[in-house]
Amino acid sequence: MTLLEIHEPGETPLPHAGEGSLAVGIDLGTTNSVVAIARQGKPAALHDEVGRALVPSVVAYPGAGGVRVGDEARQLMASEPRNVVASVKRLMGRGAADLHAVAGVLPYEIEPGTGETDMVKLRIGGKARSPVEISAEILKALRNRAEAALEKPVERAVITVPAYFDDAARTATRDAARVAGLEVLRLVNEPTAAALAYGLDKGSEGLYAVYDLGGGTFDFSLLRLEKGVFQVLATGGDTALGGDDFDRAIAERMLAERNRDGLGDRVDEAAVKTTLALARHMKEQLSDREQTSARLELAGVPSFHALGRADFEAMIRRYIGRTIDIARDVLRDAGVTAAEVQGVVLVGGSTRVPLVRAAVARLIGRPPLTDIDPDEVVALGAALQAEALTGGGDSLLLDVAPLSLGLETMGGIVEKIVPRNTPIPVQLAQDFTTYQDGQGAMAIHVVQGEREMVADCRSLARFELLGIPPMTAGAARIRVTFAVDADGLLTVSAQERTTGVAQRVEVKPSYGLSHEDMADMLYDSLEHAEEDMNARLLTEARVEARRSLLALEAALAKDGALLSSEERAAIDTGRARLEAAMAAGDRDEINAAAETLETLSKPFAERRMDRGIRDALSGLSVEQLERRVGE
Amino acid sequence: MDHFARLGLPAALELEPASLDRAYFALQRQWHPDRFANRPAEERARASAEAAALNDAYRTLKDPLSRAFYLAELKGVALPGDGKTIDDPDLLMEAMEAREALHEAQTVEAIDKLAVEARDEVKQALGNLGTLFLRGDKPAIRKALLRLRYLDKFADEARTRRANLERSSA
Repeated sequence: MTLLEIHEPGETPLPHAGEGSLAVGIDLGTTNSVVAIARQGKPAALHDEVGRALVPSVVAYPGAGGVRVGDEARQLMASEPRNVVASVKRLMGRGAADLHAVAGVLPYEIEPGTGETDMVKLRIGGKARSPVEISAEILKALRNRAEAALEKPVERAVITVPAYFDDAARTATRDAARVAGLEVLRLVNEPTAAALAYGLDKGSEGLYAVYDLGGGTFDFSLLRLEKGVFQVLATGGDTALGGDDFDRAIAERMLAERNRDGLGDRVDEAAVKTTLALARHMKEQLSDREQTSARLELAGVPSFHALGRADFEAMIRRYIGRTIDIARDVLRDAGVTAAEVQGVVLVGGSTRVPLVRAAVARLIGRPPLTDIDPDEVVALGAALQAEALTGGGDSLLLDVAPLSLGLETMGGIVEKIVPRNTPIPVQLAQDFTTYQDGQGAMAIHVVQGEREMVADCRSLARFELLGIPPMTAGAARIRVTFAVDADGLLTVSAQERTTGVAQRVEVKPSYGLSHEDMADMLYDSLEHAEEDMNARLLTEARVEARRSLLALEAALAKDGALLSSEERAAIDTGRARLEAAMAAGDRDEINAAAETLETLSKPFAERRMDRGIRDALSGLSVEQLERRVGE
Repeated sequence: MDHFARLGLPAALELEPASLDRAYFALQRQWHPDRFANRPAEERARASAEAAALNDAYRTLKDPLSRAFYLAELKGVALPGDGKTIDDPDLLMEAMEAREALHEAQTVEAIDKLAVEARDEVKQALGNLGTLFLRGDKPAIRKALLRLRYLDKFADEARTRRANLERSSA
């Protein structure tokens, strides 16, 4: 017999029932960011109301107050340059000492970090803000977009990072997600995510390379695809090389031309930002044509600039040459020749530059793969991984540690414990000994990088193993263990093996956030809690309303005949009002309309219930009934 | 558990790369932390430890040279630490001559020739090593492994020198 379905209060009999909070994939890029979702192995980027997938990674703190992200923030660049931050990803996990890498790129006032942390802060909108805090604003905007598009709360994400991001930058990214209220399911390397997007789509097997040239970073990775397993063999890159460098080359040339013509510019922040924006436009135009020209106006003084593709290519050749050198190194690391590579995936907007495509094609000896939008491919792969991690999907991602991890030994020499390209998670140990008789403590200095001397590597953490019992030099056995988890994050522990004295640290990189900073930021986010809460409540009201509408539609399709035409008309009016309220985004109106609709459809629901029971019982004898009740 | 046992493979020098991959992928499918994302912390920690041990085993056995050293260790062959000391006079002479040749090589082709020779020697020495393991001749295994370590370093130096030369001429 047909049993009546009775649902838990608040649950729905409709498709996607019980699908708690969703997990999205986020490409948090230097220039643009994208959020995507995968369902049943089909990933899709989430668009705004006018259909744009890309959110410019630009954050503004306008003089008028509040925070703007994306295109709205970019529009403020010319009028309020001091209140707008772009390319903040370049500063993630960076200390004051690293600033040579970005010198001249960022016309902001930069302050060295204070207290526990060395991470720089930017003075924006009259307040010192850390890159983590600024990135968190971008993540919040992406989360809001996802919740609006999916009409569901979004609390978990897979976030991509450049393979070459070091421990400090990875930790900073995780912290930013936390400030934005997102649980990070996994940090996935961008090239790996791109390969996921291609591999699952095509069921490819064999060796593939991913050439990822974004706005500010370059990565090259080599992967093997086999029966749903994505094995990263080797990876390499440069965290300060990208399309922004092309823009800067063009901008510098335009400013030099104006200087030559005696226009006497005072090159301030607004001038730099205006010139860079124009330079980017010219660069993009040169992807499809041989010549471009532009009119630049600074402080009311116009100038005209022509640029041919050949000239542009001469300006950027050295940057592209460097990417090809890195790619060769990666192939060499993996012991693979270029001819063995079956395909190269292009990722990042900068791979639209024809010279880039030509250089990659020459390296590998075949044209690169470009069928997935290079701006979206990383987010799509991240979405697939998010789905795989939350229960769907059967693919498996085997990633590697992109940079060597080691310890400082006598004389400032690095002893590598985890060589680069070691598959992760991994736990590796090495024994060290004391240098002096009776030495009671040992300083452990953890570093990351490929160079032999500590001074040339990045310092990640320092701690001391205390309480080593007095022994002659060289007698103690100190075992230092490095554990790298699947996100590429490191924990180091040390133990004196003859006595068992142990010490363990989570490597909180020196460039990470101090606890105070983290507390401040969480406090700040509480200040916005009301706005955030309102947005959340609206999303929930919409989700609830959508559920009841779908349930009602299903019931009408099945049992619509139970209604008189007047009753049907009243319900239809109620449905239309609720739809309108949902579109308008007024939470109180949505709740009111939903309540009215429920009242209107109550008699219908009761009649369906009666009929359901009648149907279930009809044609049964008393005996059968009794038996059924007794079951 | 030794690395061979962990991957369910016989402890031998001969190992088909494809069967190593097959065993490794199958076990990672079972133990990788991604498979435990929604499980309790305790199970996740266990899976993570298992996956880490698998990665260590795979990494050690994948490269024929590191596999040979590991197998020697299992069989109780005592090798000097990773120091640069060479205590075999024949090997010392061979190494000095090869270094000199590399130093004098000024073209990519000349370096390639040396690197190819070194790689061929590695292959040949690895081939002979299989027999030595079967015979259980520990002193001979030790001597062969020291020579292999040197040849590997030499091939590496040749590669670096070639890359530098290519870069400076590009």
